[in-house]
Amino acid sequence: MENNQTPTYAITTNDLSIHYGSYTAVKGVNIKVEKQKITSIIGPSGCGKSTLLRAFNRMNDFVPNCRVTGELLLHGQNLYSKDVDPVEARRRIGMVFQKPNPFPKSIYENIAWGARINGFKGNMDELVEQSLRGAALWDEVKDLLKKSAYELSGGQQQRLCIARTIAIQPDIILMDEPASALDPISTLRIEELMQELKKNYTIIIVTHNMQQAARASDYTAMMMIDDKRSGGVIEFDDTRKIFTRPSDKRTEDYVTGRFG
Amino acid sequence: MNQIKDKFPEGDSFRSELNGRYRSATIGQILFLSALLIAVISLTALLYNIVDGAFGYTAYEYKKDPATISSKPLTELNQQELLDVLKANISTGAYKKLNNEQAMETRSQADLLSLILERIIRIETKATWSLTQSLFHKAEIEAEVAEKYPDAKLEFRNWLTFSFLTSPMSSRAEFAGARTAILGSLWLVGIAVLFALPIGVGAAVYLQEYAPRNFLTSIIQTNINNLAGVPSIVYGMLGLALFVRVMEPFTSGKMFGVTDSNGRTILAAGLTMGVLVLPLIIINAQEAIKAVPDSLRQASYGVGATKWQTIWHHILPNSIAGILTGTILAISRAIGETAPLIVVGASTFITVDPNGPFSKFTALPIQIYQWTTRAQSEFHAIAASAIIVLMVMLLSLNATAILLRNRFQRRL
Repeated sequence: MENNQTPTYAITTNDLSIHYGSYTAVKGVNIKVEKQKITSIIGPSGCGKSTLLRAFNRMNDFVPNCRVTGELLLHGQNLYSKDVDPVEARRRIGMVFQKPNPFPKSIYENIAWGARINGFKGNMDELVEQSLRGAALWDEVKDLLKKSAYELSGGQQQRLCIARTIAIQPDIILMDEPASALDPISTLRIEELMQELKKNYTIIIVTHNMQQAARASDYTAMMMIDDKRSGGVIEFDDTRKIFTRPSDKRTEDYVTGRFG
Repeated sequence: MNQIKDKFPEGDSFRSELNGRYRSATIGQILFLSALLIAVISLTALLYNIVDGAFGYTAYEYKKDPATISSKPLTELNQQELLDVLKANISTGAYKKLNNEQAMETRSQADLLSLILERIIRIETKATWSLTQSLFHKAEIEAEVAEKYPDAKLEFRNWLTFSFLTSPMSSRAEFAGARTAILGSLWLVGIAVLFALPIGVGAAVYLQEYAPRNFLTSIIQTNINNLAGVPSIVYGMLGLALFVRVMEPFTSGKMFGVTDSNGRTILAAGLTMGVLVLPLIIINAQEAIKAVPDSLRQASYGVGATKWQTIWHHILPNSIAGILTGTILAISRAIGETAPLIVVGASTFITVDPNGPFSKFTALPIQIYQWTTRAQSEFHAIAASAIIVLMVMLLSLNATAILLRNRFQRRL
């Protein structure tokens, strides 16, 4: 097309599968997530979207009986190899959860704490301001930094969680249905924020809101469960293609709203 | 569809069925209210019984009339005058002995006065009456005293006085105080909580955050839960065998250079109480840690924190309220237990305050038990006073812990 550069990939999966005991929750995922783009994962409820997302930053380690097979390459290195420290992986790959979960501390401390435990030595006030600006929250809370995070509205709390995540300068931000607990206006603000954030970070977002995926993302992975109740990615392509000319019939049925 | 609809009562039959439900609800409510009333009545009866014993008329006789040794009433004499009265009326040998115990000039007025009352005047209680008797049957009491104890004086006495709190033990009920026992109880609770709190919270954190969910862990968990219900005397036997005998070099202080002591020290007893309340603290701390929402842990791990950082900065601060509740329960248990203290060797008669972890000791419950088993009714009166002291101590310790807990909860 315009440039002949091969795109650089932040995350590449090779036959990634996630098992809980003997049950395979997610089977054989092979996708390449492009750097500094927004990739969305869509699909009906229970098809393993969140499970797959949580595999990207090794959050599944906390679930007992969870095993991961296959490879997950972050800049070429397998995150699931024995010599990788999951704590470091989570430093590089941040996560924003479905229900906003700020720490029960002040707004300032919410952002400062993560930076501090990761050994940040610079000017904390500057970092807090920069993170809050990056999350489009600075103007609203700049005089309220000592207030408890719980006094903010839902949308503000979610943006605070985003600020907290970007404060530690990750490469990738995972978002697990970040706006599903918020009202439409807050949802729109989060989507605008995502467009800003993608200039500096790679974003992977799980959403069951198809319009959101169509509006906001560059690439889309369509997931579906098979008859053994294992989820898998049945199609992964440019968002525009998925929503206008999908290759798989099941994808077409889902995005046109025939079910799901 | 209609067939199913017909199976539900409608109209009048529905209403009568509904009234039946309301009746059951009212019966339930009455039962619960009765249960509450029974509890309130029992507690009131307990309180009444205690307070009744601590106040009342006493008839007592002087062996020597105070008017014969001093022209002014004894309570109006100053220290020098009291010293003179004392010197003039007891043998030089006895005076020297008292001086050797503690120099006479340094003794307080109250001290000298009680010495005079005890050694010279020699008050003897003839009979005591409870508060209700004193309030409602005053005339009968006066008649009885006039008949049986013509030389005795009748006085309304409050057994729970300041001097009761600050005096040491004595073999005479009129002069006995609870000071040694109060200090002993405080030392015991202090050592018990100091020992059990860090160990209990640590065990709870390990069980909740680190231990894998396997067979061994569930055995340990079951055992801890069961230990909370073991009778306290069993802990007493453990304390005797382990802390008093096996660990004697440590608990008697021989390891630290303390001589003339054996294992029956306040340290051994405190450790025994500590082990007794340990299951309580572990269980409560576990519940508190379980109650911390998982979303908080996820948020912490999500910014790249280690397990220890998550526990120290998030889980523990947010479970402090529950942990303090466990501490309250532990204190309540530790302060009231008698049986294990008897086994571990609480002294039955001790007049010296505990001055370190290696001293002999007594505790309030032991003192109460002892005084209650005496025949003279004046000992029952001071036992009742000691019970009131114990309850006040308990309530204050609990109130402090509750205040601390509320302060931590509001911070959230």
